[in-house]
Amino acid sequence: MVAVRALIRRKARNLKLLGVPVLGLSADLLIGAGCVAEVHSSAVSLGEAGLAPRFSEAAERGEIGVVDYTCPAVHTALQATEKGVPFMPLRGVLGSDLVAGHADWQVTQNPFSAGKDPILLVSALAPDVALFHARWADEAGNVWVGRRRELATIAHAARQTYVTVEEFRGGDMLDDELLAPGIISATYVTGVARAERGAWPLGVADVYGIDDAHLAMYAKAARTREGFEGYLREYVWQERKSSLPA
Amino acid sequence: MARAEELLASLIARLIADARHVAVGAASPIAATACELLRALGKPLRVTRLHKRKGNPFTEGSRELFDLAGQGRIDYFFLGGAQIDGEANINLVHAEGRRFPGSFGSAFMYFTCRTVLFRDEHSRRVLVPRVEFISAPGWSPPEVLRRGGPVALVTGKALFRWQPEKRRFRLESVHPGHTASAVREATGFDYDVGDVQETAAPSAAELDLLRGPVAAHIAADYPDFAKRVWS
Repeated sequence: MVAVRALIRRKARNLKLLGVPVLGLSADLLIGAGCVAEVHSSAVSLGEAGLAPRFSEAAERGEIGVVDYTCPAVHTALQATEKGVPFMPLRGVLGSDLVAGHADWQVTQNPFSAGKDPILLVSALAPDVALFHARWADEAGNVWVGRRRELATIAHAARQTYVTVEEFRGGDMLDDELLAPGIISATYVTGVARAERGAWPLGVADVYGIDDAHLAMYAKAARTREGFEGYLREYVWQERKSSLPA
Repeated sequence: MARAEELLASLIARLIADARHVAVGAASPIAATACELLRALGKPLRVTRLHKRKGNPFTEGSRELFDLAGQGRIDYFFLGGAQIDGEANINLVHAEGRRFPGSFGSAFMYFTCRTVLFRDEHSRRVLVPRVEFISAPGWSPPEVLRRGGPVALVTGKALFRWQPEKRRFRLESVHPGHTASAVREATGFDYDVGDVQETAAPSAAELDLLRGPVAAHIAADYPDFAKRVWS
């Protein structure tokens, strides 16, 4: 979130966001601040805090392009890039109106089946940039994400990967057999910056939880353009350390 | 006297009584309550909680849920919709000019798991003749490989059974305080009517479990819901 607030302050424009597989507060802030041209995602919501108000309004008014996905299609498209193949098949989805919205999907006959067996092919997706927050980075440039392996999939598929982390650790985490399965190796990591409590108001497992009260406050404020601008003034335009709970 | 949420949970528990593995998401406290009720009744049910680290067994990232479902390792799933139509198509994208969050995993999960459609609001706004956008289709032509699909539609007023051969719902029961004619009035799609019963209330033993161990369990994962229903 620290990086998202910085993008807004830098007046980023014409971003295309890819949700893996969904988007939330980051996307709603970027959309409301005018940074986004297109959203590609299975959903955009604030989870238990409800609808993402800036996304909903921008989509309803046609101010942003929206390409709707279904979760496993996003994973499949990134996994194709991980493997260096042009597409991968995915079961289900046939008969959904999602298919018509995708020039990058095709329905084909399973070439290994004697009988009729239509199946969806999903083209590989290679994002320009992967951007996320993680718990640790080490001296060797590795990043530890624990069980959040979808972050590894994004990093593997993206051309560049930038990560903010809670803490730097000495040494090489790959030397620790218990940490190794949760690591994205330095091979995939373009740049790392330390940002303590950098996920706030979202959480980092075992370090701090989601700030539910803040999310509920945002969901209410952002229902109106004025309320959203007020939120930006308070929490984004001037990033005040004091606004972050200790 | 059972509360509405308790009635719905016991109804859903009966619908999925043969389940061995159910996945439940953040927006489904009633479905989660149904699963905990089955466990409290002694069923060896595995419940995967998608939005909690505790109870979420996935170590390969969020794709693992879909890989697991794609192999047939999840028996039941729950879906809702901004709109649901008489062919059991669901729409999670846009309706009447309003944008909703999106289709999530529905276009895959509906094909892989037996699915209970659940939407508390029972109105012509939600239960429409034809959805404006098909996030996930209620049925597929025979050449499309499909293991899962709708088994029932549960609303705040009634239970409809899905009839796969007729591709239509059949009204099976109406909840206490509602009538079949009022349900017809509030439903935008056509459906068959069988021998309509009143939805069975939870037994005294079930209510004891719901208000005891089940409530305690649910309060940990869905605190707002538990507070509203049981305090």
